[in-house]
Amino acid sequence: MSMTDRLATAPAPEAVFDAEEARRARMARIERVAKWVLPVLVLAVGLWLWDRVVVWNEIPKYILPGPGLVLETLIKDWPILFDALLVTLQITLMALAVAVIGGVGLAVLFTQSRWAEMSFYPYAVILQVTPVVSIAPLIFIYVDNRTVGLLLCAWLVAFFPILSNTTLGLKSADHNLTDLMKIYRASRWQRLRYLQLPSALPFFLGGLRIAGGLSLIGAVVAEYVAGTGGIGSGLAFRILEAGYRLNIPRMFAALLLIALTGVVIFAGLSFLSHLALRKWHESALKRET
Amino acid sequence: MTPAPRPLLPLGKRARVLEMQGVDKTFNGAVMALRKMSLTVNEGDFISLLGPSGCGKSTALRLISGLMPPTAGRIVWEGGEHAGDLGMVFQEPTLMPWATVAQNVWLPFRLRGTAFKVVEGQIMDMLALVGLERFAGAYPRELSGGMKMRVSIARAMVTQPRLILMDEPFAALDEITRQKLNNDLLALKARIGCTVIFVTHSVFESVFLSDRVLVMAARPGRVIRELTIDAPYPRDMVFRTSPAYAAACREASDALVEAMGEAA
Repeated sequence: MSMTDRLATAPAPEAVFDAEEARRARMARIERVAKWVLPVLVLAVGLWLWDRVVVWNEIPKYILPGPGLVLETLIKDWPILFDALLVTLQITLMALAVAVIGGVGLAVLFTQSRWAEMSFYPYAVILQVTPVVSIAPLIFIYVDNRTVGLLLCAWLVAFFPILSNTTLGLKSADHNLTDLMKIYRASRWQRLRYLQLPSALPFFLGGLRIAGGLSLIGAVVAEYVAGTGGIGSGLAFRILEAGYRLNIPRMFAALLLIALTGVVIFAGLSFLSHLALRKWHESALKRET
Repeated sequence: MTPAPRPLLPLGKRARVLEMQGVDKTFNGAVMALRKMSLTVNEGDFISLLGPSGCGKSTALRLISGLMPPTAGRIVWEGGEHAGDLGMVFQEPTLMPWATVAQNVWLPFRLRGTAFKVVEGQIMDMLALVGLERFAGAYPRELSGGMKMRVSIARAMVTQPRLILMDEPFAALDEITRQKLNNDLLALKARIGCTVIFVTHSVFESVFLSDRVLVMAARPGRVIRELTIDAPYPRDMVFRTSPAYAAACREASDALVEAMGEAA
């Protein structure tokens, strides 16, 4: 309810629900619960089926381990897998950070200078559309430091959505407000700071959510390409290694960790986005009627 | 500190604000948006530009605000260019959705490098004048269309600029809100003593608000008639029903018919 309504409407003496309103309220309550219960139910049934399929068909664990064994392996191999997770996570987060700096920086540059945009934008697109798997082997030839190579690969995948979304956002500032800034003789910096950057925030946050997932993908793909590294190896390397040794349960355990990491990154960035926009942006507001 | 009203001299004795001298504007070297427009604006004037769409009334505002240069002719500001000392109200409220009402009104000060604390009193006084002091901390989305327009007007007036330009500010509002805002605008003008150029396509609005109405015609955009509405301010519902108001509306309507007839 908007503030005007709140001030205008006197408190009702008693809540009066007609049948339609009561039905709507009941549906809303059911939906709130179902939103959580249904996916959990699907997961439980899925796990049970997986387990039954393995047991009933007597599938050996080096072909398909049951969910119980995967969990067991996850706990037993936790020291190895956790170290690997930290390595992958480190690359992912660093790549995301560099993607944010590079993406936003380039977007600001592009909107400040038409010439810079005309000169460099096509190459940003080319970098994006070329599959990172095909560039990565070259990167590892020329870059000696393994971490820098991994970072470069992950960054290549992650920076584009931030660049393109932020550029779009910076350009979609209200035209009348832009005119108003000109009338008030605002400097280029003031226009950027007070108008363009706030206008671009929802777009940037949308790009950030995509980039979070992509930087994880980039980090994992780069690790596959970089191959054996021994010390300081990430989850993707552990999957490869376990594959060579036919340690299928550990492959599943590592996969589970990667998937969970992706979910946590997405949820964290969504929450950040909600915090930043909840006061004013349409996307974060509940419909009033 | 309530803004002190500037003393209002009778028409013809007021200090000059700016003069448009035979201003032309041509787009793409072919479309003549405005032809030979001349206009003298004096302090305290309330001038309406009235005309059908395409008559160049919005173009005239953009030329005066300096958003684009004239193709020919001159716009001469008394004592030099306006240098940002100008207020503007658009047809949409044009507020920053991420900023509160008070922060929106702060914008013209902020762009001059003035901290919020320094002008907070002025901002709150201005909000009180438009009846929104309780909404200083609200976000634009929480306000009705009329309230948003009040914030927009407060933002244009808070610095007490030399000239305020209004580009069909009430065109998107319902008739009741519109009448209320017309009354309030005149009350504000009486309190603050601002100088306004007001673009509209409503005969009644232009006659009720202005001391001068410039009727414009389209293709090419030009002024075809200048009416002086010689009724004293403050104007109220009595004026709205007076014979003088009816006569002025009649005259403006006739001029507008003439403008439309030429265009057809």
